[in-house]
This record gives sequence, structure tokens and C-alpha cells, in this order.
Amino acid sequence: MADRKTLTFALMDPPYENARSTTALRLIHIAAKRGYDINVFAYEGSVFLAFANQKPHPNAMHGRNVEEENHVLTKELVSSLIQETRRNGGKVDWVNCGLCVDERGAVEAVEGVRRGSPADFLKMAEGSDNTLVIGTRG
Amino acid sequence: MANYLLIESRDPFDSNDTRFLYDLAKQLAQQGEAVTVFLVQNGVLPARAGARADGLSELAKAGIPILADDFSLRERGIPSDRLMTGVKPAPLDFVIDQLVDGCKAVWH
Amino acid sequence: MKALNIIETGYRATLEEQDDPGVWLSYTLKSAGGDVDVLLRGNAVNYAVEGQDATGLQYGTWQQTQPPRLADNIASMTSKGMAVFIVSEDLQERGLQGVPLVKGLTSVARSGLARLFDHYDQVWHW
Repeated sequence: MADRKTLTFALMDPPYENARSTTALRLIHIAAKRGYDINVFAYEGSVFLAFANQKPHPNAMHGRNVEEENHVLTKELVSSLIQETRRNGGKVDWVNCGLCVDERGAVEAVEGVRRGSPADFLKMAEGSDNTLVIGTRG
Repeated sequence: MANYLLIESRDPFDSNDTRFLYDLAKQLAQQGEAVTVFLVQNGVLPARAGARADGLSELAKAGIPILADDFSLRERGIPSDRLMTGVKPAPLDFVIDQLVDGCKAVWH
Repeated sequence: MKALNIIETGYRATLEEQDDPGVWLSYTLKSAGGDVDVLLRGNAVNYAVEGQDATGLQYGTWQQTQPPRLADNIASMTSKGMAVFIVSEDLQERGLQGVPLVKGLTSVARSGLARLFDHYDQVWHW
């Protein structure tokens, strides 16, 4: 695509703590379907979105086993979004902030996610059509 | 003249900082900028007709377009025919459209 | 021990958890034999609204098959014999007077909360 759009998203929230992570992934899904090039700078707790060691669980309150519960694992959503982008001709650069990874021990990430730094975010933002920062709250 | 997209994810019941975004929208509009406010997540709660929504209704009176994420509305059981005057439902795609059009997007 | 669980935040991570953690925990504590009731206040009063629909989320090819059904969960609590209180002014501020709500809830005014708390050994605000 001659003028493929590039969008950068900066995230901060870990999964399972706030609606912001859900909305961020919804936005990325829209961009992925359109085959845009997508940059994600995962900062602070959002390094856990792609954490490879997430495991599903059943839900006894609803009487659902693991398969029936089909619990959201954000690592699967991240993988699905990366694949969707590629399928539609776009590229994804999903960067976990390295220091945030280290202090949290969130070392293992799914395929397609790399370790980086704020310098990557700067490069991403400068090279994108636009950037959306979704900050966190205390 | 710049195009601004102000995304409000917070609601005035839980946060007293929604005033920041509402006032910013009015200021930008007064300055002659094109502004759209996009409500998402609990930001749609004051858009229900009959809710206490002083800040939001000021924006509507000032003619500032206010859109509300249709999924967030549905998730909260707010039918699109029970919205405050001046608020229209819109898909989240609108945010991506605005971003690729080069708007200045501020998430709150 | 009689406990009152106060649930205030609404829709915090409910799409990812596929439940509200406060509601889920309250029901689970009751199922484990606890004597637990619930007070919905703040934005959580919206959980009692009939007609909420969080179906249809999709990320790439991943589709959510178990969206949260918060009104159903509130109704389950009342069916299980839990008292579910809801703050009337919080409903009013959110334009929820006259909007169909889950049946079986007990409305309480803000001025009545102190008296309500007197009936419990523990009051836990989640």
C-alpha cells in the first residue's frame, strides 16, 4: 500500500485492573483490521499485557470449566492482534519498556514483542502519522 | 486551525477532573479550533438523559460535537434514543479515523 | 460474622475479567458459607440496570464468548438470599429513576447508611 498509515500507541495499564487496557486493544484491533503499521510502546504495568506466562482458569461461580470460561488472556489478544495486522499487510512493532520489565519480572513475552526503551517510543512517535498516549491513574 | 479530538474516559461522578477536559474543549472552541469530544468507558455515564451532567450540557450548548462510543453505551444499558441532547453514538473507529487524519488527540 | 461488601467502582476491568471482581467475590464468599450482603453505590449502581449488553468484542480472530453479565450476576445474588442494597441518590444522579432495574434490590438513602452499617460486624469497601 503506497501510503500505509502508521499509528503509535503508548500504554501504561496492566491487564485486569482497568478498562483502559481493553479500550486500547480495541483501538489497536481497528488499526490492525485496516492493515496499518502499528507501534505499541508498553510502559509501566502494560508490559504485562503480553506476558507469556498467563494461564487460564475455570469459573466456579458460573459453573464453567476452563474451556467454557474461555477467560481473556491478554497475551492471546496481543498475539491475535499482531497476526491480524500482518494478515492485512501491516507491520507491528510492540515494545516493552525494558526497565519496567525488569522491576516487574515480566521477562517472558509472546512472539512479536521486543524489549526496548523510551528512545524507541520517541522514534516511533516521530515516524508515525499520529500517536495516542493512554496514561494511567492512581 | 488544528483539529482536536478530546477523549474522555472518566465520569464526573467518580472524578472531579472531568472539568479539565470540558473546560479545555470550550477554550479550544473559543479559540477557533475544531474540537470533538469523544466519550468512552464510564465517560458515557453522564450522557444518559436525566443524569446529572452540567459540564457535558455546557459543551452541547456551546455547539461542540459530542460523540459516545456505541459499545460503551450498550455495555452500560444506555439506549441511543435515551441520550442527552447534543450527544450522538459513534463507533470507536471514529478515533482511528481522526488519528490518521492528523488530529491532536488527547486522552483523559 | 455478618459482613457488608460495598461495591463502588463500575466497569473497572469487567470486560477482561468477564465479571466484576467485587460482585464475583461476594457471591463466592456466600457460596463458601459466609453471611455476606452487598451495597451498590457510586457507579456500581449501574450494574442493576436491565439491558446491559457487552457481547461482541473481538481482537483479531479472538472472540469473547463469555462477556460479563452484570445485571444477571446481581439478580443471582438476590436469588441466593443475599440482601443487595442500592443507594437511591446515586441512582438519581445517574438518571436511573424509572429505568428498569434488577428486581429484589433494597433502596437506601445516603442518610440511612450509618444505620445500615450497624447491622454488620464487618463493612468492607472494595
